[in-house]
Amino acid sequence: MRDERPVEMLLGLVALSTTTALVLIAVFIFIEGVPVIARVGPAQFLLGRRWAPDAGSFGIFNMLAGTVWVTVGALCLGVPLGLACAIFLSEVAPRPLARMLKPALELLAAIPSVVYGFMGVVVLVPLVRTTLGGPGFSVLAASAVLAVMILPTITSITYDSLRAVPDSYREGSLALGAGRWQTIAMVLMPAARPGILAGVILGTGRALGETMAVLMVAGNALRAPTSPLDPVRTLTANIALEMGYAQGEHRQALLATGLVLFVVIMAANSVALALSSRRAGEGG
Amino acid sequence: MSTPLRACLVLACLLPLAAACRPPVRGTVITVAGSTSVLPFVEYLAAEYMHLFPDVGVNVQGGGSSAGIQAVLTGAADLGMSSRPLGAAEAAELGALPIAWDAIAIIVHHTNPVTTLTLDQVRAVFSGTAGDWADVGGRQGRVTVVTREQGSGTRGAFEEMVMRGLDTTERALVQDSNGAVREIVAADPAAIGYLSLGLVDDRVRALTLDGRPPTVEAVLTGRYELVRPFLFVLGSSPRPEVEAFVEFVLGEQAQALLAQEGLIPAAAVRGGR
Repeated sequence: MRDERPVEMLLGLVALSTTTALVLIAVFIFIEGVPVIARVGPAQFLLGRRWAPDAGSFGIFNMLAGTVWVTVGALCLGVPLGLACAIFLSEVAPRPLARMLKPALELLAAIPSVVYGFMGVVVLVPLVRTTLGGPGFSVLAASAVLAVMILPTITSITYDSLRAVPDSYREGSLALGAGRWQTIAMVLMPAARPGILAGVILGTGRALGETMAVLMVAGNALRAPTSPLDPVRTLTANIALEMGYAQGEHRQALLATGLVLFVVIMAANSVALALSSRRAGEGG
Repeated sequence: MSTPLRACLVLACLLPLAAACRPPVRGTVITVAGSTSVLPFVEYLAAEYMHLFPDVGVNVQGGGSSAGIQAVLTGAADLGMSSRPLGAAEAAELGALPIAWDAIAIIVHHTNPVTTLTLDQVRAVFSGTAGDWADVGGRQGRVTVVTREQGSGTRGAFEEMVMRGLDTTERALVQDSNGAVREIVAADPAAIGYLSLGLVDDRVRALTLDGRPPTVEAVLTGRYELVRPFLFVLGSSPRPEVEAFVEFVLGEQAQALLAQEGLIPAAAVRGGR
């Protein structure tokens, strides 16, 4: 019998190193970011409306608001589309068609974000500018690009949740005289709800964290938007935009921006994790 | 484990090694990093230099003025490119050498009827007090101001020379490269932005300021005043290969190439400002 311990140890080491990387990143962001937040004051940092690193003003409220605008916009466009795709694939489409469409949809996740951004700049931004007005670089353009990017996440998790609903539910509902849409809306969707919510929250996490595509189409203006046609700067775009030239306190303030983002996304993912484990619990 | 699978795994493990060995290192490599405004010009000269001296590699990277200066301080780069003057702390440890001068052009869409503005008008447009093209003699419609990100050398020079203490409007679109600014202004009939004179092409129009056209001649005679130096940043004791490259860049041939690309030779303005 061969000794398997070396292999086991190697695998353990590799697995451990990924977790270590996460911990190190978290520690680094905290060490670099916390001093600036402490100096500026947490309330002033989070709620201050003036971001002028040259003048020593570090208020990220407008960018927080920008991130919320863009993310909510992406969810408004992406969730209905994602749910519709998942319902169609799981409940309506003939099996062979679904088997072809699902991988195609999942391929959307494989397209690099810079390509989405480029398409946005070349197609979407001029379209918004000429048909709706404003500079074109806008909340709407950023949200639309993000909606397509989060579509695979929402669709595939919703699809899996719908598939996980036992067929006895469908049969029972139909036997009671409910139509197919009634079955989907009143039986399957409620049964799959924790999974669907988890998918939406994971999609939210992706939208919050996406940088390149947003940076390219959002316009990155410092003012908080008041309409979907206004340009907007998100937290991620702020970091990517200014990293190249930042030094000293400016650089630390960007890392502090990253810290805020880190906390928000961690929170979103934890909620998603809790929801999906609840789903697993229900299934058993 | 089947043999083909094992072979694939072994190959997969070897791939990164192969990639690491790929760049053929012949002779020496000079690393230059910094400002994206200076980058295209130095890249051009580097290609020329490697053509002349095939056994020297010149590796030119962007990252921004501050990143370039930082790279020289830490020894990650031999030479930094900067479009802003060194800070006091930086100047204590590093030397800066103008390799050329660059004018900043204010650009608009090529169909914009506005061809000339006063500096006061430019200031009003960029600060947001003149938010409509009609305010400065153009067609009615909201101005789309495009600026560079905080910390950019081009933005720093623009703010110092044009804005003079006024804040740029928060409505302004912010882009992180000369190229991105040019793309937006080339596509949007309502846009106004600024970038290196050397990077102006025929998709955008450079405005005449206070009756002074943005041309190399006007810069040389001192009439067009939005001019800033492009700097090489050197550590205290550069390697001889690095010095040779700097000498080449300051030499007659390279300076003529820079002039062809729309920059103003280092010697033409030396001591003038």
